[in-house]
Amino acid sequence: MPIKYIVACDGSPASARALDFAIDHANTTGASILVAHVLEWSPYSFLTPEEIEERHKRRGEELDRAKKALVDPIVSAAAAKGVAIDTVIKYGHVADTLAAIASSEGAAQMFIGRTGQTSLKTRLFGSVASTIAQIAPVPCTIVP
Amino acid sequence: MGLAFISSPVFAQTVDEKVNQIFASATGWFVNFIFSPFPGTSFPWIVAWLVVAATIFTFYFAFIQFRAFKHSISLVKGDYSDPNDAGEVSHFQALATALSGTVGLGNIAGVAVAVGIGGPGATFWMILAGLMGMASKFTECTLGVKYRNEYADGTVSGGPMYYLTKGFAERGLPGGRALAILFSIFCILGALGGGNMFQANQAHQQIAGITGDYPGWITGIIFAGVVFAVIVGGLKSIAKVTEKVVPFMGVLYVITALIIILVNYDKIGWAFGQIFEGAFTGLGVAGGMVGALIQGFKRAAFSNEAGVGSAAIAHSAVRTKEPITEGFVSLLEPFIDTVVICTMTALVIIITGQLVIDPATGHYVTEGGRIVTATGASGVGLTSAAFESAFSWFPYVLAVAVVLFAFSTMISWSYYGLKAWTYLFGEGKNKEIAFKVMFCIFVVIGAAANLGPVIDFSDAAIFAMAVVNITGLYCLMPVVKKELKSYLDRLESGEIKKFKN
Repeated sequence: MPIKYIVACDGSPASARALDFAIDHANTTGASILVAHVLEWSPYSFLTPEEIEERHKRRGEELDRAKKALVDPIVSAAAAKGVAIDTVIKYGHVADTLAAIASSEGAAQMFIGRTGQTSLKTRLFGSVASTIAQIAPVPCTIVP
Repeated sequence: MGLAFISSPVFAQTVDEKVNQIFASATGWFVNFIFSPFPGTSFPWIVAWLVVAATIFTFYFAFIQFRAFKHSISLVKGDYSDPNDAGEVSHFQALATALSGTVGLGNIAGVAVAVGIGGPGATFWMILAGLMGMASKFTECTLGVKYRNEYADGTVSGGPMYYLTKGFAERGLPGGRALAILFSIFCILGALGGGNMFQANQAHQQIAGITGDYPGWITGIIFAGVVFAVIVGGLKSIAKVTEKVVPFMGVLYVITALIIILVNYDKIGWAFGQIFEGAFTGLGVAGGMVGALIQGFKRAAFSNEAGVGSAAIAHSAVRTKEPITEGFVSLLEPFIDTVVICTMTALVIIITGQLVIDPATGHYVTEGGRIVTATGASGVGLTSAAFESAFSWFPYVLAVAVVLFAFSTMISWSYYGLKAWTYLFGEGKNKEIAFKVMFCIFVVIGAAANLGPVIDFSDAAIFAMAVVNITGLYCLMPVVKKELKSYLDRLESGEIKKFKN
C-alpha cells in the first residue's frame, strides 16, 4: 500500500513549514502528500433567513476561493519539488475534521504547524495543533 | 403598562390618536369578517378551520407527530447528515431560524392575554392545539421544500405560493395560481401586521413601562431605523448579534420559569387541576368552557403559526435531498413553541397567583370579560408581574427579551413578506427596496397605534393566510403521503443510513 501523509494547511507560515518538512520526508520515503484545508463551520451556529437562502451559493464561492487563493498556489509550488500531491477542502470543526480525513484516507502520518502561542492564549482560545496532538488517529508530527 | 397616552404632550397625543382612528376604520371590516362566529354561537369559524385542519392532518398521517418525534430529533442532531455536505445549512440551523421567527411575543404577551380572558383552562386547549398543529406544520414544510424554485446561482425561493402554483399544476387542479396570489397578498398584510406592527407596538409598551409614558412614534422611528439598517442597509452585524442573543434569552426564559415552578412545587398539582377543571368548566370565565377553548386555540395558532404557511417559506431554503426530512424537523416547532414555552408562561401566571379567585365559589373574579389580576395588569404586563413576584429584577430582563424577540420576529417576517412580494411583482432590486421601505414605515405606525386595533388586524391578516394555505394543503396532502411512505420504506430497508451514532 502506498504511504500517504496528511498535511494541514491554512495558508499560514507555520503550515508552510509543516509542508516543507513533510515534502523532505516524503522524498526519502516515497510517500504521497494530501494537503488538507478545513474551513471552520459549525452546524449549530445561527443564520438569518437571507443567509440560509444564500448558503449554497456562498458555500460554492468559499470553496472556490479556498482552492484558487490558498490550495492551488501551495500545490503548484510543492509539485516543483517532485512529490505527488493531492488536495482536499472540507468544512467542519478544524481538528476533528483533520482527524477524520486522516482515518478515512488511511494516512500513515499527519504533519501540522504550530504558531507558538503562549499558554494563556491557548487556554482561552484552544489550539488546533494541541487538539490534534490529543485526538490524531495516526502518528502526528508538530512542526515548530 | 400605559395603554392610554395621558401624560404625553398634546401634539403627540393627537398624532397617535389620529393614526389609531384611521387604522381602526380602515381595517375593521376585514377583522370582522375573519373573526365572525358561526351563526348563533360565539365560536369564530377561523379557529375551527385551523383546528379541524390540524386534526385531519393528524389522522391522515396517522399521528406522525408522535411516530416521527424521535426521528425528528435525530435529524436535528445531524445523525443523518452526510459529513460531506458540511457547510450547507443544517437541519438545526433551519429549525433555529424558523423558531426565532415564531418564538416571541405570542409566547409572552399572547399567552397572558389567553389566560387572562380564558382562565387556566385555556392552557389545556392551547397545548392540545399545539400538539395537533405539529401535523399541519409537517405537511406545509414538506411541500415547501418539494416545490421550491432553485435558481442557477444556487439560491432558492419557496413557500405556499410556489407549492400552490406548481403542486396544483402537477396534480391537474385548477386555481393554483389564483390561490398563490391571494396567499401572497395576505402574507404581505400579515408581515406588516403581526410580523411588524404588533411587534413594534408591544416593544413600545415594554420600553414605556420602564421609562414612563412617551409617544409611540418615537420608539417607532428608532426601531424603523434599526430595521432599515439591517434589511435595506445589509448591516448583518445587528442581525447576527440578535440571532445569537435571542436563543439565549429563550433558554433563560424557560429556565427562570422552571425555577419559579419548582420553587412552588407544592402548587404544581393544584395548577394542573385548575388547568383541567378550567378546560371543561371554565371556572367562571366569560364564555365558560367555550371561552377557554377559543382563547387557547387562538393563541396556539397565533404563536406557532402552524397551518399559516410562514414556516414553509422559512424551511424551504434548506439544502436536503429529501423534502420530508424538513417536514419532520419542522414538526418540532409547535412543540417547542407552544407545548413547552407557552405552557411555561401559563404555569408561571397561574402558580404565582396572578389571577384573582373568589374564595367563596372557587371561581375566577371577572370584570368586563377579563379575569381580575392581582396587579391589574394584562398582556405582557401580566407575565411581567408574574415573574416579578418571584424575581424582582426579571421585568428588566423580560423587557430586553421582548424588544429582542420583537426585533428578530420583524426580521423573519420582513423576509416572508418580501418573498410574497417578489412572487407577485417579480424579483429586482428596486421592487425589493420598495417593500422594505414600506415595511419600515409600518414599524412606526405599529408603535404609534393603540393595542386593540393592531392586535385584531395582525391576528386577522395571519389567519387569512391560513385560509388559503390550508385549502392548498388539503389538495396536496396525498403528495406528502407518497413522500412519507417512500421515505419510511427506505428508512426501514436501511437505504437511508445514519452517519453518526
